[in-house]
Amino acid sequence: MRDLSRRRLLTGSVTLAGAGLVGGCDAPALSHLATPYDWSNGLTFAVQRWLLRRQPLVREFDRSAISAVFPTINTTDPDDAGYRRSKALGFADWHLPVTGLVERPGLFSLAALKAMPTRTQVTLHSCEQGWSAIAEWTGVPLAHLLATVGLKPQARFIVIRSVDGWWDSYDLFDALHPQTILAYGMNGADLPISHGAPLRLRVERQLGYKSLKYIASIEAVEGVDGYGKGRGSMVAELGFPWYAGI
Amino acid sequence: MTGGAPRETVIRHRVWVRLTHWLNAAAFLALLVSGTAILLALPRLFWGETGTLGAPAAFELPLPVNLEQTGWGRNLHFLAAWVLVLNGLAYLVLSLRSGHIVRALVPDRDQLAPAHLGREIADHARLRRPRGRETLRYNALQKIAYLAVILLLFPLMVLTGLTMSPGFTTAFPELFTLFGGRQSARTLHFIAASLLVLFLLVHVAQVFVGGAANLMRSMITGRFVVPPAGPEHPETPDA
Repeated sequence: MRDLSRRRLLTGSVTLAGAGLVGGCDAPALSHLATPYDWSNGLTFAVQRWLLRRQPLVREFDRSAISAVFPTINTTDPDDAGYRRSKALGFADWHLPVTGLVERPGLFSLAALKAMPTRTQVTLHSCEQGWSAIAEWTGVPLAHLLATVGLKPQARFIVIRSVDGWWDSYDLFDALHPQTILAYGMNGADLPISHGAPLRLRVERQLGYKSLKYIASIEAVEGVDGYGKGRGSMVAELGFPWYAGI
Repeated sequence: MTGGAPRETVIRHRVWVRLTHWLNAAAFLALLVSGTAILLALPRLFWGETGTLGAPAAFELPLPVNLEQTGWGRNLHFLAAWVLVLNGLAYLVLSLRSGHIVRALVPDRDQLAPAHLGREIADHARLRRPRGRETLRYNALQKIAYLAVILLLFPLMVLTGLTMSPGFTTAFPELFTLFGGRQSARTLHFIAASLLVLFLLVHVAQVFVGGAANLMRSMITGRFVVPPAGPEHPETPDA
């Protein structure tokens, strides 16, 4: 059943009835039901997975809707020696390791990622602080990169780490969504440093904090229990739900 | 209540009305506190899809900015929102099935007569409480206020709240059309919340005007002592 759901996702079928719920029971949103908050956030996750079971796309806007002001929060220029060196070289030496439960683990340069099929989308970014802004993002669909390395059947979650120490995880329901992209371009130019250069994630159906900046590594895993406190993300340990579709 | 006449006691509110009333009150209080905590991260209101600290705001609230309260604030807000929504749905189903909403909340024909409405407004202005068996039904202004809160303001709160959810709006993008965008929905959410706070203030004040002990008991145990019908205050004879 799980593999069936996953395969349907991989093949892009729209008949995903139940995939979110069936595949979601070991998701961090449902596997740690200790406090009343865990229960209400878990209920939100389950209901939204059912509502989104046909994997609809978020709205995309015309370029004329792009916001003049797009705030940058948290890290805006990572204080990391390796990152600074890469930045000085225009990220020419930068590589993205893709490891874990994949058939062909590999290192991908920025040029290799840019040579992959691109997707450009103008979307509304909503922050948990209350602000929202529209920008155009260009990148490679995460699903394409994962297909390139070949997910093993037991892979269920994608763990993504950033150079500034943030990490988060995504189940395949979101990781394989067509609008989930690894963006290297913003508003028609290279992704600015303050917005996560050279590569950031876009997870359009959740709040901004799921769209990690400064991506350092991607790992396919079966479960997230061994990662941090097992809550699925760094911010979940600070009280911000792993699932941020609110 | 010092006379020798026997006091009439009735069960004023059924148990499910009392239960849903207090659950709603608790959820609303939690939503108000947590909503304020979330609002302080960006105490500015915008119209349309977008709005940020550096962008021109439609309205700037005179509140301090505090970015540190959204973690617990959001958790409590969405827990209480679930309680409010599920409790509200239970209330609507029960009150529609039992006829409560029509019997208790839709103004009676005689209450809508202009003369009656005029007298009600005058009575409210003079803070004069109803007496006798007239206390066993809500007055017309009260009914209209309750219906507006139940059928307009709370649904508006829930729908504008859901319009701020990136997940829910992916399934129902029509909400953006309905409210004019994510930031418009946030602004309407704030306005509706402010109207609910205004209602709450009047509601609580009216409890004191109408006899706090009796009214509170009737909403907790259900038991309500019907005030005597005769002129209670000789200085304000019945019109």
